[in-house]
Amino acid sequence: MKFYRSHVLVCIDPECRSKGAYEVLDALQDELVANGLIDEVQVLETSRIGGCDQGPEIMVYPEGVHYANLTPDDMAFIVEEHFLKGRIAKKFLLPITSVVDEELSAPTPKEIRIVLRNCGKIDPQNIEDYIAEDGYMALAKVLTEMTPEDVIDEVMKSGLRGRGGAGFPTAKKWSFARASAGTPKYLICNADEGDPGAFMNRRVLEGDPHAVIEGMAIAAYAIGCNQGYIYCRAEYPIAVSTLRLGIQQAREMGLLGQNILGTDFSFDLEVRMGAGAFVCGEETALMASIEGKRGEPRPRPPFPAVSGLWGKPTNINNVETYANVPQIILKGADWYASMGTEKSKGTKTFALAGDVKHTGLIEVPLGITLREIIFDVGGGIKDNKGFKAVQTGGPMGGCLPSEYLDLSVDYEALTAAGSMMGSGGMVVMDDETCMVDIARFFMEFTQDESCGKCTPCRVGTRRILDILDRICAGKGEDGDIELLEQLSQEIRTNSLCGLGQGAPNPVISTLKHFRHEYEAHIYEKKCPAKVCKALIRYEILPEACTGCTVCARNCPVGAITGERRGVHVIDSDICVRCGICQQVCNFNAVVVR
Amino acid sequence: MPTVKSLEDLKRIREEALQKRQVKAASGEANIVVAMGTCGIAAGAREAMKAILNLIETENIPGIIVTQTGCIGLCEREPIVQVQVGEQPKVTYGKVTPEIARRIVKEHVVEGKIIEDHVIPM
Repeated sequence: MKFYRSHVLVCIDPECRSKGAYEVLDALQDELVANGLIDEVQVLETSRIGGCDQGPEIMVYPEGVHYANLTPDDMAFIVEEHFLKGRIAKKFLLPITSVVDEELSAPTPKEIRIVLRNCGKIDPQNIEDYIAEDGYMALAKVLTEMTPEDVIDEVMKSGLRGRGGAGFPTAKKWSFARASAGTPKYLICNADEGDPGAFMNRRVLEGDPHAVIEGMAIAAYAIGCNQGYIYCRAEYPIAVSTLRLGIQQAREMGLLGQNILGTDFSFDLEVRMGAGAFVCGEETALMASIEGKRGEPRPRPPFPAVSGLWGKPTNINNVETYANVPQIILKGADWYASMGTEKSKGTKTFALAGDVKHTGLIEVPLGITLREIIFDVGGGIKDNKGFKAVQTGGPMGGCLPSEYLDLSVDYEALTAAGSMMGSGGMVVMDDETCMVDIARFFMEFTQDESCGKCTPCRVGTRRILDILDRICAGKGEDGDIELLEQLSQEIRTNSLCGLGQGAPNPVISTLKHFRHEYEAHIYEKKCPAKVCKALIRYEILPEACTGCTVCARNCPVGAITGERRGVHVIDSDICVRCGICQQVCNFNAVVVR
Repeated sequence: MPTVKSLEDLKRIREEALQKRQVKAASGEANIVVAMGTCGIAAGAREAMKAILNLIETENIPGIIVTQTGCIGLCEREPIVQVQVGEQPKVTYGKVTPEIARRIVKEHVVEGKIIEDHVIPM
């Protein structure tokens, strides 16, 4: 391969091109040829180096030097200075911007990384990198030293519980599937991560796929099954391709397939893609989807351990559950059980989102308080605003107010508080959030994703959403709150699957903790957080208005009138509550009532 | 790709993977800096640079970064080439002819042997 000592990337996005990127590119190449450097320096066309607003721009590697505001005439100078004499042409230099991993930053002191330990550290596309980190040693240990019963005992002692959200003891699930009569048995990994804003599983699948593959192989050995499926949503194409490559490499090495490590144990894996239905994260709907049927849940029992995929005994766990297993086997159940609370052991990953300073993935020991997660790990509320509520457990979780900040994050405590662990979504809300609007937002999501098989969920979520829409539109009536409570209760008790049973949770929890906001919407026709557009009015303070006319000129609907140097007025009937006048006013004269 | 038939195989592959990673980490940090001030170019730094680049290309040596710098204030010792491998201290060579430049890559960067008689003590 040709060796170049330097690579120059030239941005040829339309914006840079219109500013003459191709002319700069040609001039650069001409100068490199003239100086005899064309064999040493490679010029490449690329897209988006910076923002194009200072284009044409180029990036020079290996130095990582970023030049901007270039013209073809500058090229002679840059080639002589930088490429011939090795001096950086400061005249065109832009400050070096470092690449930041916005999803996963370095662990904070309160974090413990077990599931995420290899993410960003190893090359996920190279099985050898995983093996260098003791990868597949747990599988080897299990196959050479342990009986399937030993494996189940060890996982039982570790206290590992289902990380998909429900928290069923993993080893118990495995022992049911093991004890179940009928062959063949199947193993499924639920990688249909659908909660809005949650991406814990995607990161593990993309960054450390072999941890999941190895965990599944260990589970398969414990249960006595030879075929596994990973059900991954099609919205995660990189996770799917990384998994497929990982499975292929493991097969080539003989870590999947027939007679693994020279033993009698055989196990193979296949990736199945989901087509975007949220309900397919529910285990019975997921299995129907793998079978090629419509992704709809069915009543349980029979549980999958008895009659699952194609009517055979099936064990189904979440990505994070499987990813924990190799570490438990290698480091021992006692090590794992040393973290967490009495009933919730180990760590849990969360996708911290919303109005918190440091959003992104975290992994914390269970038993940590919400306060520690939000203020120590997450750095507190953005823009120094106040904390209002935190929603755990995704769209079917509950919103917890500040009284619950010192709540221990474990399965029992969260459920008792009216929320749930869920798969790990955690949305933090500041004091400018309208809780009725939040409940409406989540209800919109679950209503949209309801599969429609059972009536309570199909019709009930629609009715709740209608009422919430009405309340937010300022048309709430006396009795709406009671109706919401009744509907929520009925949907919760009568729905077929977890989606319907959990769907009213945001409404129930906000009604419990923020009832006064509902009352203000319905009886006073006011949105205390000033979010619901129908219930707010923009006004101009006469004493602050200087009559500069900026607001009137920027109003898209012409709702603002007033003379130059005279007080301006907003006509509420025309105003569409877009808020532009407030943004452009230099004198803070526009207020929301 | 090697097949794993036993625990011993797996352990062996783990050791190999760890070694590969160390080599990768070390060689990825090999930096060759050629001084390219006017003095350097006049003394033949371009020829030294070309010799280095050619050798890396023909021998297909991975993990080397070749950059350049300006005059470092020792014009009478030009062409000057500085080499840093991994965490080891930087070594500065003076009066680097194309022949010495090739030896620097082969003996110092690849084999780890410093060519003592051309080192400028800094």
